[in-house]
Parts: sequence; structure tokens; C-alpha cells
Amino acid sequence: MPRRIVSLWFPRMASDRILRSHPISAPFAVTSYEKSTERLYCLNSKAIRLGLAPGMGLSDAKALCPDLLTRAADHYADDRFLKLLARWADRYCPWVGFDGHDGLLLDVTGSTHFFSSEADLLGDIHERLRSYQLNVRSGLAGSIGGAWAVSHFSKGVVPNGQLKAALSQLPAAALRLDETTCATLQRLGLRTIGDLLATPRATLGRRFGLPLMRRLDQALGEQAEQINAVAPDVSYAARLNFPDPIGLYDDVAAALERLLQRICEKLKTQEMGTRVLLMTCQRVDRASVQVELRLARPMRDAATILPLFERSVREVDAGFGIDQIRLEALSVEALPVKQLDVGGAQAKQNDALSDLITRLGSRIGLDRIKRFQVADSHIPERSFIVSPAAYCEAEGEWEVQNGRPLRLFSPEPIDGREKSPPTAFRWRRIRFSVAKATGPERICPEWWLDDPDWRSGVRDYWRVETKQGRRLWMFFTPQNPAWFVQGEFA
Amino acid sequence: MMTEFKQLFPLQVGRVHEACGPGAVAFAAMVCGQVDARVLWLQVGWQTEQLNPMGLVQFMSPKNLVVAQAENHTDLLACTEDGLRSGAANLVVAEVTQTLDLTAGRRLQLAAEQGGSTGILVIPEGAGSNATQTRWHCSPIFRGNHKSEENLTLQHWQLIKNKTGTLNNWKVCWDAKAHRVIVVSEDGE
Repeated sequence: MPRRIVSLWFPRMASDRILRSHPISAPFAVTSYEKSTERLYCLNSKAIRLGLAPGMGLSDAKALCPDLLTRAADHYADDRFLKLLARWADRYCPWVGFDGHDGLLLDVTGSTHFFSSEADLLGDIHERLRSYQLNVRSGLAGSIGGAWAVSHFSKGVVPNGQLKAALSQLPAAALRLDETTCATLQRLGLRTIGDLLATPRATLGRRFGLPLMRRLDQALGEQAEQINAVAPDVSYAARLNFPDPIGLYDDVAAALERLLQRICEKLKTQEMGTRVLLMTCQRVDRASVQVELRLARPMRDAATILPLFERSVREVDAGFGIDQIRLEALSVEALPVKQLDVGGAQAKQNDALSDLITRLGSRIGLDRIKRFQVADSHIPERSFIVSPAAYCEAEGEWEVQNGRPLRLFSPEPIDGREKSPPTAFRWRRIRFSVAKATGPERICPEWWLDDPDWRSGVRDYWRVETKQGRRLWMFFTPQNPAWFVQGEFA
Repeated sequence: MMTEFKQLFPLQVGRVHEACGPGAVAFAAMVCGQVDARVLWLQVGWQTEQLNPMGLVQFMSPKNLVVAQAENHTDLLACTEDGLRSGAANLVVAEVTQTLDLTAGRRLQLAAEQGGSTGILVIPEGAGSNATQTRWHCSPIFRGNHKSEENLTLQHWQLIKNKTGTLNNWKVCWDAKAHRVIVVSEDGE
């Protein structure tokens, strides 16, 4: 089937977008800051009729036309608007791509027969866009370049086989060339595409290089060109409205189950899993209650997620009743389909532990559940990393290291300024007498990290066994003579 | 007949046990080490004494450990119950800071039975609940000057409550090579 492409060009999109919501009959322009001054960027028809042109400085324009109304350009909003139009264009064909910031390309191959003729298709597009108060120019041809040329410099349908004839009439600028090339072609007297086609290819190639030849071939459909279709945004959200307000836990849970199934189905087709789910309950009194569930691993199994929701849903204050529930997956991650038995019992246990972490996280916060990970440091407090269990794996090789206490706390001062360990001391209101002291083990502060706890300088660590039984980890700071207890052995 | 150490240790699975005294944390670490399983360790967030994985390594691999810090006593107990009931962690250790009443103790006991995991509550002295299976008082003891070996884990474990038998006490230490608790002497010998 021969290829058929529609090119749509919205020559006044920026101003049309604003005037759609605030229709005015006065001259209007959208301005943007370019070349160190405020310039006209997009004008309505009335402003053009008054002799204003895009690119003109705003102050000049104001001098020509004192009652000109202006608005600053918002390129992001324009792009968003074009995205909306691309979604709208889905009604004509499934393959829609952007053409710069003010045009769309539709691959209507095989979908023109829904209209009586191709001209009717264009007519339908024009009619609908006119009702949306948008100016549009269109062209339908057998190639992207051809359709673009027709939409920008002519209009209507070019039947297959007549593309060359139709394009011959159009100026060389219709080939999507840059300004300098256009100017050079003008100067050489090659005004139309027909002139270019009549010139031997070898001469053209030698003079203008590959870009011109490529554009020429693309316009005639002799060289392939792709439309990059806009990927559809998948939103993982579902909503349920109730004819009568609900308030019982069972009802909310049943509604939640239905919503979850809908979202999970979507997640499954996209091979994604969710990390954060947000349930919003709209109450009859216009208040809304939000419940957030943070999962310890990406999931998409409704039956597993639902029981994890239970605790927070029970805490929801339904007030006079809930008449709408919305569920949204706020954060999604790729979760490829996996064969079921690969991990075996180990994987099942891991999943059970993740579910437990989620359950505890819904009560005390997911970031308060932690795992230890190996770190490379001699400083006792920094010889390990504590990281949230939901976002890290249990890994790393721990080496058995003698002489490290089981419990660690911030240093607690005791009496004594001597270099050798005291024979008796008081710690936490208990008197201890030292039976044996092993040490010292000198640990220097890491000078490249400024740790306020280590400002007192190097530390000589001692393993002190007391006659009372308790084994303490004490240190002496020779640079500021003092003794501290920092840990307790088993 | 006196209760044998073997009958009680490793601790009975599916029950909640209590440990108090200055060596209670070491007791919990040794139990976890001997079982070598997944451990959920719960603390109250404001507690300044933290577990040191570098010291824990001689008993068990910190890889198997998940530490949770609850905001208050109620949350801590609720998390302990959830942890015991899910059965995802074979051992749940909770450092309790307040007195446990019978209701709390019984609830934890039921959760442990349901999930099939073992609970160890590290309690302040005299703060246990009557629902516990066993209660141990653990205190480190000085090994004496004559011994040259580098074992710093000698402890005196007193069984001060036992639902299924008589009380007893032992001197034990951790054998890092065999990875288990060994009885040094029955007390009174």
C-alpha cells in the first residue's frame, strides 16, 4: 500500500492557544525575549493586517500599533498543547508524531477509507480545528517531505504519482532547507523545486553537499524518513464513584480491591511494578482523606497488596461518608515478568520479608527499617552504613574482627586523666574496678571528614574487663587528656 | 531432677522468651547466632545504645539482620507482634523499655505460635510478663587472669522463670569456631 502522510502546521499556535480561552478582537501578539530584546513571536490575524510581523521588536510594534495587546510566550505550555493535539489526532490514525514545535505528522496510510475521499479527511480536520478556534494548514502527500512542502507552501491533496508535478511549482524553501542555502539558491536563480530537478544532480551535489540532495530525495519519497510517534502516557490511576456514600471498612476494602485490580492489570501489561500507592477518599463534606502505602519492593499483585493496606484503611475517618475513591500508583518501576519457580524457597522468603517490611513501614515509616552494610573506615561509628532496608539488598562480606564491642553509644566521660587505664572508676553510677585492660589500639580521626565528635584528636582504645564482670570499650584522648566509655562487649 | 541446658537451648521455637540483666543483648545475639536465620531487631528510636554490626559479626552475619526503630513503646510492641505473626523472620528481638503486662505478653505469645517464629524480649530487670516461656538473667563474668585465650564472652545465665520445668543456672561462653554456645560449668560445681 502506498504511503500517505498528512502534515499539519499550526502557524499561529501560541496566540491561538491563549485567545481560545480569552477571545478578543483587538490586535494581539505573543512576545518572547530574543536577541537581547522583547520581540513579537506570534500574532493574530488582525495584528498581521495592521502590518506587524513576527521578529519585530516590541517597542517598534507598539509605535505602529499603540493598542496592541501582548502576552509573554510560554514554550512549555505550547509544547503541552501540541501534545494534546497529537493525542487528539489519534482519531485519524494511530501513528502521530511531532514536527518541530508547531506541527504534527500523521501517517494515515490505510486509514483514509473511513472518509469518502482524502480531501474529505482534510476537510474534517479543518472543520474540527476551526471549531476549536485554531488556525491550521494541511497537506496530504505520499512522503513526509512532500506533505510538509504542501502544508507550508500550498494546500490540499497530492495524489500518488503527481508529487513531482505538484512540488515543481513550489519554492525551494519548501524543501526544509536552512536560510543560507535558500538565499544561495535564490541568488543562483534556482527559485522553485522544478528548477532544482531540472539541474543535473552531480552539479547540485558538488555545490551544496549532501543535505540538499537528501531533502530533495525525501520530498520525492525516494529516501526513507520516519515519523517518531509520540509514546502514549500511561497513567496508573483508577477512580470509583459511589451513588450513595459508604463508610464501613468492608465497603471501602471492596472498592479498593476493585481499583487495585484495575491498576494491577495495567501494571502487568506494561511490565511495571508500583512502589508507592496513594488512595484518596473524597468525603461527602468535600474533605478528602489520603492514605499512602509505601511498598518495600515493586509489586503488582492485587491480592498481596490489599492486606498491606488494611491497617491504614482502618484508620480512615469516613465522616459522613465517602462518595469517591481514587487510587494512584505514584511511583512505578520496571518489574519484568519472571518464571515462577526460579528463586524457589529463597525468593519466597525474601518476598515475605519485604511484605513484613512494608507492613511495619506503614506503621513506623519505611525509612526507619534499616539494614547494615559494609563500609571502609577505621572509625568505629563509620565502619558500617545504615541504609533503608526497602531500597537495598542484603549483601557485602563481613569480616570477623576481634576487639569490637556489641553495643556502641556516644562517648560517656569518666574520671581520670592518666595515660594508663584507671584502676577504678564510676560509670553510670556504678563503681567498677579494673581487672584487666588490653590495649591501646590507636585510631586517628579521618582528617578529610570534619567530624565534631573527633575534634579531640586521636584516641587510644582499651578493652577493659572489670572485676564486676562487665567488659567495656574505653578510650583515652592523649591530645586532650580524658577518658570515655564508648561501647560494651558481650 | 535439674533442668538440662540442652532441653532449653536453642530456645523453643514458636514461643516468646525474655532476657534481662547486663548481658541480655549478648544473650539475644548468641541465640540469633546459633540459629543462623533471618532476624528482625526492634528498638525504640530514642535509645542511644545502638547495635554494632562489627561486634555482632562474631555471632551472626549482619546480612541476615533487619533493624527497625519504632517511635514509642506501643509501636514497638505492635511491630513485634506483626513480625512474629508474619513468620518472615525466624527470630524477632525486641528491646523493651517498659514493663510488659499480661495482655501484651499473651498477645505476643499467640502471634509467635501463629507465625512459628521465636521472640526474644530484652527487658529491664523485673519488667517481664507472666506469659513468657522462659526468662533468663544474664550477666557477664570476669574470666580470671590465668586464662590466656581470647574469649571475651563468658557469661552467667540464670534461668529465673521456666514454664515447663525447674530453674537452674549455668556458666556459658560463645565458641566462635563451632558457632554455638557451650556450657563451661554447671553452677555450684
